[in-house]
Amino acid sequence: MSEKASLLQQTSAPEPAALEREIAGLIVQALNLDIDPRDISPEAPLYGEGLGLDSIDILEVALVVSKQYGIQLRADSEENGEIFRSLRHFAKYVAAQRMK
Amino acid sequence: MASIALIAHSSPDAVVAYRTGIAVTARTFLADVAHLATCMPRGDHVLNVCKDRYRFTVGFAASLLAKKVSLLPSTHSPQFIRQLVQFAPDVFCMTDDPGCDFDLPQFRYPDAPAGDTAPRAVPAIDAEQLVAYVFTSGSTGTPVPHKKTWGRLVACVREGAQRLGIAGGRSYALLGTVPAQHMYGFESTVLTCLQSSNALCAERPFYPVDICANLARLPRPRVLISTPIHLRTLLGADIDLPAADLIVSATAALSPQLALDAEQSFGAPLIEIYGSTETGQIASRRTVATHEWQLWPKVSLTLQDGRAWAQGGHVEQPTLMGDVLEARGDQRFILLGRTEDLVNIAGKRGSLGYLNHHLNAIPGVLDGTFFVREEEPGSAGGVTRLAAFVVAPNLDAASLLERLRERIDPVFLPRPLLFVERLPRSTTGKLPREALLSLAAGAAECAPANLGRPWAR
Repeated sequence: MSEKASLLQQTSAPEPAALEREIAGLIVQALNLDIDPRDISPEAPLYGEGLGLDSIDILEVALVVSKQYGIQLRADSEENGEIFRSLRHFAKYVAAQRMK
Repeated sequence: MASIALIAHSSPDAVVAYRTGIAVTARTFLADVAHLATCMPRGDHVLNVCKDRYRFTVGFAASLLAKKVSLLPSTHSPQFIRQLVQFAPDVFCMTDDPGCDFDLPQFRYPDAPAGDTAPRAVPAIDAEQLVAYVFTSGSTGTPVPHKKTWGRLVACVREGAQRLGIAGGRSYALLGTVPAQHMYGFESTVLTCLQSSNALCAERPFYPVDICANLARLPRPRVLISTPIHLRTLLGADIDLPAADLIVSATAALSPQLALDAEQSFGAPLIEIYGSTETGQIASRRTVATHEWQLWPKVSLTLQDGRAWAQGGHVEQPTLMGDVLEARGDQRFILLGRTEDLVNIAGKRGSLGYLNHHLNAIPGVLDGTFFVREEEPGSAGGVTRLAAFVVAPNLDAASLLERLRERIDPVFLPRPLLFVERLPRSTTGKLPREALLSLAAGAAECAPANLGRPWAR
């Protein structure tokens, strides 16, 4: 856990808030959502209630982050339940795992 | 009376399943089935929601032995669960998920393996035995049950295995990305394994790397049983794909280009299956070779007033298909599109009548309608969702969607949900499509901020 936390702290660029906005934009674009990315609350759940994404959307999002950041999502990874808890969690995961 | 053996595997050491890559033999499977059949609760109806495909299959087979009927619904909304209890008051839920919260008597799948694995005879099941009800959403708000008897299910999947070329006695390992409870997954993974001496993979991987890892650890020959959505994501993920010996796709028609990409990437033929919950599988095609579907030999199509009825063979009763079909000779047809009232979102089918019923049954909704948007040019093969217009001056989007989520499958939740003052009904009360299109365009022009999903805020 502490190892993961330090990994997160080391990742400095881009700024967390900027990365959140970037990812919100990618989600809105990939899923054709008719909303402004800035209107996605960083704390609201992405899955189910909240933003209302379902498993089909999650696959689409997985495809986009693989192309954009070189991250392959896995169901068996430890953090999996956490990833989609909110835009903020998802952005932290991307910051820690990104290959590009 | 004719009876059919539960499994076609000829030896107790034949492989029936792989769990985390480890083989499960027919001997172990039959012992697990016999053990489970003796410890299931009373009640003649089983809602088998086991996520592990091996456990689902043992649960289904044990239900056959105990003469219980498996219920295979297309959704698990709270409203549907209540309707299920009305349909079958003695229903219990068989689950392998400790977090399962369905409002039904629950029976946890026993984790301890059966102790006694002495060789035993393969049970025979009466061909006429009613083994399952599969449900479609219907058009009035009440789900419609469809009977499935053992003999007809077996006849369907045996023909299917012939078509796929996996009935020849070699044991194929079957990896499915579709749930065992969905008609396609039920037939193509569970029943095809049992009745064609093949072996199913217990896992149902979701993300592309998980699908690849599961496929790679199965022995060859191996088959990937999937959908256009998963195949598109797999091919787009920019990862190394393991070789396969066959790819199967169903739930929606695959584009010829995606079919070709899949064949080249996996180094395997791709066969598409066409069917419905009511009829099961009735036709197939090798997509790169032809756009014509070939019917199962004993199934026939009758075209009447532009609608197609399927009947004969394993089809329980003449069934109106939800697609517009054009016959090409006796045994072939092409697909022209969906009929007006029916929608298919990512393999979940529903009628607009059913969805409109639920929308209008919500207290506070004065009028409302679902609406199929045009395919969006930018969506590049992604899933197009339904839109809805609603007249509900005293409701906000969040509470309306919460009510709707209780009633219908989430895949049908509207995007966008548009609040309007009134619907453009004609004098006869109908809603012309042109009027809905211009209402949608108008809403986009005047109030873009209200267009999307306001509950995201």
